[in-house]
Amino acid sequence: MNPLLSSIFSTGFAFAILRVMTPLLFPALGVAISEMAGSINIALEGIMLMSAFVGVIVSAFTGSLILALLAGLAAGILMGALLGYFHLKMKADIILAAIALGMFASGMTIFLLYLFTGDKGSTSSLQSLVFPSIEIPLLKSIPILGAIFSGHNILTYVALIFVPMFYVLMFKTPLGLRIRAVGQNPHAAESVGINVDRIKLYALMLSGFFGAFGGLYLSMGYVSWFSRDMTAGRGFIAIAAATLGGNMPLGILLSSLLFGFVNSFAIYIASLNVPSELIQMIPYLVTLIALAVFAIRAQMVKNKIGDIQEHFDEDAVNAVVKDVMKAGGES
Amino acid sequence: MEKFILKYFTLIRTLIAILVGMIISVVLIYLISEMPVYSIKQFFLGPLLSKGRFANVIENASPMIFCGVAIAISFQAKQFNIGAEGALFLSAAVGTAFAVSTGMPTVLHVIMVLVVAGATGAIWGFIPGILKAKWGASELVASLMMNYIAYFGGLYLINSHFRDKDAGFLVSLRLPETAWLPQFMPGTRLHVGILLAFVFAFLGYYFLYHTTSGYEIRTTGNNDKFAKFGGMNIIKVIILAQVLGGMIAGIGGMTEVMGIHRRFNWQMSPGYGWDGVIVAIIGRNHPLYIIFAAFFLSYMRVGGQILNLMADVPSELVFVIQSVIIILITAEAFLSTWKNKITIKEAEKAEVSNESLA
Repeated sequence: MNPLLSSIFSTGFAFAILRVMTPLLFPALGVAISEMAGSINIALEGIMLMSAFVGVIVSAFTGSLILALLAGLAAGILMGALLGYFHLKMKADIILAAIALGMFASGMTIFLLYLFTGDKGSTSSLQSLVFPSIEIPLLKSIPILGAIFSGHNILTYVALIFVPMFYVLMFKTPLGLRIRAVGQNPHAAESVGINVDRIKLYALMLSGFFGAFGGLYLSMGYVSWFSRDMTAGRGFIAIAAATLGGNMPLGILLSSLLFGFVNSFAIYIASLNVPSELIQMIPYLVTLIALAVFAIRAQMVKNKIGDIQEHFDEDAVNAVVKDVMKAGGES
Repeated sequence: MEKFILKYFTLIRTLIAILVGMIISVVLIYLISEMPVYSIKQFFLGPLLSKGRFANVIENASPMIFCGVAIAISFQAKQFNIGAEGALFLSAAVGTAFAVSTGMPTVLHVIMVLVVAGATGAIWGFIPGILKAKWGASELVASLMMNYIAYFGGLYLINSHFRDKDAGFLVSLRLPETAWLPQFMPGTRLHVGILLAFVFAFLGYYFLYHTTSGYEIRTTGNNDKFAKFGGMNIIKVIILAQVLGGMIAGIGGMTEVMGIHRRFNWQMSPGYGWDGVIVAIIGRNHPLYIIFAAFFLSYMRVGGQILNLMADVPSELVFVIQSVIIILITAEAFLSTWKNKITIKEAEKAEVSNESLA
């Protein structure tokens, strides 16, 4: 078999896909929940950076993984809440506020990095911790599956568990129902007594929660240090993954896998002296096409409903007119 | 006094936001610098202290003006097309490819290269434009995807087909001299592209505020239902705004290549598209104010670099401050209670004087 094919069909490659997918799946869930609430969060890039940084610093100075996890999550949730505050309370446009927050995170992490380490590149001089990798007892001993699915960082499994949990949260809990109601029709939601702003704030904080995991994985699992702008656009790729997955958990898992596959493939292929740029372009192209297809389909459905409504209204009006005339004739 | 405040409220608000940013920067420098007074002086006055540094300010402002105007035209139509970055990158790559593979007399060559770059950018704006206008697909997500497609596409074009194999690093072949934009001040890199940035800012201003299409763009942005009932073709307006934005960003990218390095040397996206978003916000989407905003941002950036070099404060300070400034400017509730108070006071005054007249 040729070397490219043999490396792609190796278990190592499949293992790499899951590894590369993890820091996309978390923020993609974060984007999806904000989209479902009707206020898209494009600040995941900044949220991940902040959490990645806070996690490394706290673990280096306290030596506690739990504290690092909590601090990282708090940082992410706080960033989500900040976005909510500026958007909902200070009436800033959410897109512009998110862009500002992203810049803030990028600048602030490098600024603080310099203050803590005297280095503007990375925290390699600090002794920071990483989340453990775990072998799954039974699965480990199954020949091929074991090599692919066992031995990942614990956060990779957390990401996979979050997929069904996301579904349960959004479709089986009152909060999920409220978030979807607010996203689909805020006025209707308000009219039944839902506090729209508060629900949106919760959604943005949850979005920060998911993003925080992505950031923590990057600096305390994927690698074992924080480096400047280490998210490298993953927060934006997450928007693509969420869009491609139709903002639904299973779809997001599949689209994250696609992005993971393509990125791993590009890394493999780059070593073979083949231009990797075109390969790397594919997922964005696919997302753009998917975006167009979704939109066109939605428009067609809308038109159909519009037609039905028009006819319906006409009939209703005719019926009313008839009734009135009848009543007039009788009197 | 109150009348004055009300009349220039937006401007005053912007200036206060900038002032808050400056105060934060002074406080931060005081907190971390061992020689705060020297550092602050370097940050605020550094860019003025030598000809070379001030030339840097002007040089850096040029792509910011281009991208700011490009973004502003989309934003005025309430289209969140953030694709200036991609349009700039790809247009510069395609323009470079065109310039390298053609030969023409000098002025014609410059014009043709700019036309090719502008057309590439226009196509780049057209795609999210039509997807949004016809089918309601998010122009934000579409333009974001197009940024990546442009980035990888541009890199592929340059690295695989127009790479200068004799250079020690990944850059394109040198542009033929006929396609250079001349530099006009010895000892600096100031080039004709900067003048073009001013021209496009003025054209952008004229277009938005003195033509029918510009009026339609602003009206659609303010209230698309009103625009529709007023008989405007919203689909056309939405597409036009993004096509023009892409075109201007594309030309801006190309002038950078033609004026400074004379070859395509970006392996990372240069980030001017994002700077464009910042200056569009600070300049309130008005092309003429954007010139000032770009100079302000560029001044801060150069000040930050000097701070980094001469003092003990990292230049990223500037990114922190700029994000504070733009969030204060975009937060509509910022200072709104103050404005309301003044408005009420004014109204009461007017009432009193009316009563006294009667």
